Amino acid sequence: MAEYSAFSLLKNALTGNKDWKPAWRKPDPKASYDVIVIGGGGHGLSTAYYLAKEHGITNVAVLEKGWLGSGNVGRNTTAVRSNYLLPANTRFYEHSMKLWENLSHDLNYNVMFSQRGCLNLAHTPAQLDDFARRGNAMRHLGVDAELMTTAEIARLVPALDVSATARFPIVGGLMQRRAGTARHDAVAWGYARGADRRGVDIIENCEVTGFLRDGDRISGVSTSRGEIRARKVAVAVAGSTGQVMRLAGIDTMPIESHVLQAFVTESLKPFINTVLTFGMGHFYMSQSDKGGLVYGGDLDGYNSYAQRGSLPVVDEVMSEMLALFPGLARVRMLRSWGGVCDMSMDGSPIITIGPLPGMYLNCGWCYGGFKATPASGWCFAWTIAKDEPHDINAPFTLDRFHRGLVIDDKGQGATPRLH
Amino acid sequence: MLITCPYCGPRDVIEFTYQGDGNRERPQPASQDLDAWNAYVYDRLNPAGDHNEIWQHSGGCRAHLRVVRNTLTHEISSVAFARGDHKSVARHKTEGKS
Repeated sequence: MAEYSAFSLLKNALTGNKDWKPAWRKPDPKASYDVIVIGGGGHGLSTAYYLAKEHGITNVAVLEKGWLGSGNVGRNTTAVRSNYLLPANTRFYEHSMKLWENLSHDLNYNVMFSQRGCLNLAHTPAQLDDFARRGNAMRHLGVDAELMTTAEIARLVPALDVSATARFPIVGGLMQRRAGTARHDAVAWGYARGADRRGVDIIENCEVTGFLRDGDRISGVSTSRGEIRARKVAVAVAGSTGQVMRLAGIDTMPIESHVLQAFVTESLKPFINTVLTFGMGHFYMSQSDKGGLVYGGDLDGYNSYAQRGSLPVVDEVMSEMLALFPGLARVRMLRSWGGVCDMSMDGSPIITIGPLPGMYLNCGWCYGGFKATPASGWCFAWTIAKDEPHDINAPFTLDRFHRGLVIDDKGQGATPRLH
Repeated sequence: MLITCPYCGPRDVIEFTYQGDGNRERPQPASQDLDAWNAYVYDRLNPAGDHNEIWQHSGGCRAHLRVVRNTLTHEISSVAFARGDHKSVARHKTEGKS
């Protein structure tokens, strides 16, 4: 498969665009691989890509139950940011941000990464103080952050109700300018193509139905397309982590699955040129390059594997949107959808060796997995290749809960629906 | 989603507050069994299928309820008062279904 370039674009345009090749092959599974990655979402694909690119491990299969992009990588709201408080999170997400900044070039695939900024609104002086503290923590670790006044915010987002009579008046905000959005499907397709070009087999419509064992060691998987053996089996299945781990005989995990809804309106002319979050409830919004406002709110609040949400949350999200943008009252909603998030007990992810010999686990992304896609795959590939974590993902172990080393950025405790 | 409160009858889910997984067994307060405490605080069954959970009718009679709800379909198969039931009501065994 050829490099994409201005020249290849021109050449194919002149020949009627008949000669483009598929971005990845559709191979049948081989009997064995060095590494099997279960889950062909963003994290599984980026893991395979970095295994091949950084560690030269190309005898790899990515097994996907459905088709690429059918799970959470196609259901998120595309925001990318690294504005965390705790050092472990800041280092990890900033590593991700640096990979994002070079990703289109690295993949030879335009992921439409757009650094339009991410602004968290504050509605009380105490909340603004808290944001100042977070901004300082970020800047200590070399991440950009700036406090904005209400007047600056009003200039940046003219449609926002910044009046003193707003339901929750805005007193300022914390801005990360380097944050932004990326085209989520392109991220999946770009990583798939990048991995495929380096020899990784991407096997779609291949559901894992059990694990093969050699003594107490995991030595492969049984699937809807037959048994496949591997020295190392990596699990990166986000919302299905509980179900896949149950196949391996592990009944409990520090995880609950919850549904998160997202929404998009009909296309509008340019309306908002940043990612905006509401500080008095749970609401966030950005505008896609196509013009639709992409927004969402809180989890439905109870365990769910249904990839659809409930009406009370729709009602709440719309109320919050109108509290910020009264002018959107007559804009029509085009679509809504739900994704299943594996909410961990401290709101931070798990990227680790184990929990069984021969197995590697990547899960617990809560509802923030998209922005982590590059660093998640990069760290997971390192962990798989070297059988030890990189410094960046060393804190994100599975046993940190039982060892008292939780990474609880919001300080909510072990109530997953609050993270 | 409607939950049929034993006192108040069927009411909309917005009247209720989810209190989480009902399978967990709290160790005795004086227990120094750290593994049991850790399991109580952090480990979850998280089934895809019938889930045994605690809800409070916070916008109604305020009773705590034990609800068995399917996490794939949101169908509710039983609702009962939760009071004292960790002794009197058999622990509901949840099974993964797909």
